[in-house]
Amino acid sequence: MTAPNQPTLRTFVAYVEDQPGVLNRIASLFRRRNFNIVSLNVGRTHEAGISRMTVVVEADDDKALRIEANLYKLVNVLSVEDISKQPNIVRDIALIKVKAPPEKRSEVLQLCQVFRARALDVGPDTLVVEVTGTQDKIEGLLAILAPFGVLEMVQSGTVAMTRGDISSAAKSIAQERPRIAVA
Amino acid sequence: MAQPSTNPSAPPRIVPEPGIRTLTGAQIIWDALERQGVEVVFGYPGGAIMPAYDALPGSTIRHVLVRHEQGAAHMADGYARASGRVGVAVATSGPGATNLVTGIANAMMDSIPIVCITGQVASTLIGSDAFQEIDFTGITLPITKHNFLVTRTEDIMPTIKQAFYIASSGRPGPVVVDIAKDAQNRSIEYQYDPSPVRLPGYRPERLPLPEELREAKEMIMEAKRPIIFCGHGVIRANATSLLLELVHKTNIPVALTLLGLGGFPARHERSLGMMGMHGEAWVNKAIQEADLIIALGMRFDDRVTGNLKTYAPNAKKIHVELDPAEINKNVKVDLPLLGDVREILRLLLPHLGPGDCAAWLAYIEELKGDSAVRDIQDLPDNGRLFAPHVINDLWRYTDGKALVVTDVGQHQMWEAQYYKHDHPRKLLTSGGAGTMGFALPAAMGARLACPNDEIWVIAGDGGFQMTASELATCAQENIKVNVAIINNGFLGMVRQWQQFFYGGRYVATPIKSPDYVMLAQAHGLKGICVTKRSDVRAAVEQARSNAETTLIDFRVEQQDSVYPMVPAGADLDAMIRRPKPELKSAPHNPIFETGDDK
Repeated sequence: MTAPNQPTLRTFVAYVEDQPGVLNRIASLFRRRNFNIVSLNVGRTHEAGISRMTVVVEADDDKALRIEANLYKLVNVLSVEDISKQPNIVRDIALIKVKAPPEKRSEVLQLCQVFRARALDVGPDTLVVEVTGTQDKIEGLLAILAPFGVLEMVQSGTVAMTRGDISSAAKSIAQERPRIAVA
Repeated sequence: MAQPSTNPSAPPRIVPEPGIRTLTGAQIIWDALERQGVEVVFGYPGGAIMPAYDALPGSTIRHVLVRHEQGAAHMADGYARASGRVGVAVATSGPGATNLVTGIANAMMDSIPIVCITGQVASTLIGSDAFQEIDFTGITLPITKHNFLVTRTEDIMPTIKQAFYIASSGRPGPVVVDIAKDAQNRSIEYQYDPSPVRLPGYRPERLPLPEELREAKEMIMEAKRPIIFCGHGVIRANATSLLLELVHKTNIPVALTLLGLGGFPARHERSLGMMGMHGEAWVNKAIQEADLIIALGMRFDDRVTGNLKTYAPNAKKIHVELDPAEINKNVKVDLPLLGDVREILRLLLPHLGPGDCAAWLAYIEELKGDSAVRDIQDLPDNGRLFAPHVINDLWRYTDGKALVVTDVGQHQMWEAQYYKHDHPRKLLTSGGAGTMGFALPAAMGARLACPNDEIWVIAGDGGFQMTASELATCAQENIKVNVAIINNGFLGMVRQWQQFFYGGRYVATPIKSPDYVMLAQAHGLKGICVTKRSDVRAAVEQARSNAETTLIDFRVEQQDSVYPMVPAGADLDAMIRRPKPELKSAPHNPIFETGDDK
């Protein structure tokens, strides 16, 4: 357990209107308010015209609330939720090009299997593998492959989703969102 | 009590619906603005906005030609502050637009609803570094509440509607609508859509929960040393009469922020005056000793709090605020009440009654006691002219009823201290941004919003010279304001900091002025020079009776400082007081305040 007001990695899910410049508005907000983005991912959702962002930020409780409130101030942001304290699934995807001459190839593939990484491309002296999982898992595979010689690597931003029932951020998109508070 | 929160004095506009017409984008701009109740815009033409200007004569809207676009933004800002309505500025692309930037940032910092319409190069040229192309939505992204780039004629009307809605609702702010030249030129079949604006991601209204209101009530009724903060939000929400009712019911004293001045009558016995860096000693002392702060529509700016670590250490804090992003930003509060100040006061008032704060009020009176001889009274009467005298006299001669627009610096703080505003929207000042050059153009905007008010600009010799070119606009547009230049030959506030914190090294602060009387005359306006206190009254009367804008050059003491002062970041009650002069001036000092000054 961390103390309540220690900075930790917080994961925010935001639904935004799919319009030009929205990513810029969000990036500009984080820069201007001095919130440091650890990871940022934007992608489509199952609903046309709505994108979903996953933003990972280092923040304590107060800062997390301010980030949420500031995101809400953006006109193009439809809903925001800090899912850090709910049971959630967090995934990154990485592609790693590793040196694998024929005599090392099966050894590399075996190690990849342990990490449930898939080989996507085999070259005369290289392998491209895909691994999906948490940051820890990706770093674990990377460490194992390092002795063979990692030639290239690319990693996506984090995507996240709460476990169980529909999250409140998603629900508010599905229905007309209720007022924040009703007296 | 049922006045609307945004347009308290907007005349109802009945526009007959003409049906579908073929209009150019340029014509649509003016039609959409008229439908928002716009009567005047402040602007400057140029290439990318020329189609709009060409269509202007077909509109009922008055255009005021400024001398620099910064003036246009400040005029729109002053218009908005004085009226509560949305002010509008118009500029062309590129440098025309970038000249607006300071004014937009100023409106952003003080939550002022303005809409800036700017021309942009044709949509086919955007991104090509075309002549006078600047990425204006990019530049204004962090200094607007929202901004739009419009490249399709069809989008002009809905966008202008959204811009006005966003600017004026919730916590107000500036909105930029950047319209490509080809969108202005193209004609479409057009009909105004009167349906309300719907923006799925924008919900400006909110209200606290009943249990939060109950908790607030308990905290207020239990407090022994409570204090109310009146911020700009009280004025924006038209909540001044409810605040008065709150004070009458509970007897709790009120401290005000700079932008809150006028939100509670300065001459009310429960008014403590302005708090913070240049607040009176008793206000800041009371805040430090309070057990409850009820903060209404303010944001705990650093000029208000001083050192956050030692700020109001014994006080529980209730923060009534419209913008959730302000909660716990600077000061950690015990109970945030999110929503419109007026609505929340309306919900709270029936449950409140007189608390037990007699001892507290007596204590505050005692604190006032040692300052009852106020700074202004300690000034030697040696025939020289002091700025606080000028402002105090102006307050007296205008019966405290003028609409005063100040610039930024020493005179601004003296105005806050010595011109006692009893009504809202009668002091317009650049608070958050501290924009020098604000006063003259903002006052011109206020003049068009409030044609029946007596308007006074109070500006320093530094700030006035930044936008003095708008005197020509005053002359051309027959805009009459009275201008008091507090001329001390220095950039006074910077000089004061140099004196206190930089060893008295007056680097780049002595500033030469033109002959303001001749400057006024060169514009066909009137100018008066005053060097003695005994001449203040006649000059003020003369300015008031002149039909044209009149400048008064008050040649005041050069190296006077604003007291009291809490140095930036210091504890709120650690103030620098005015050094006591050797009171050679014996029993009768004519500059002592008289009883009727209270």
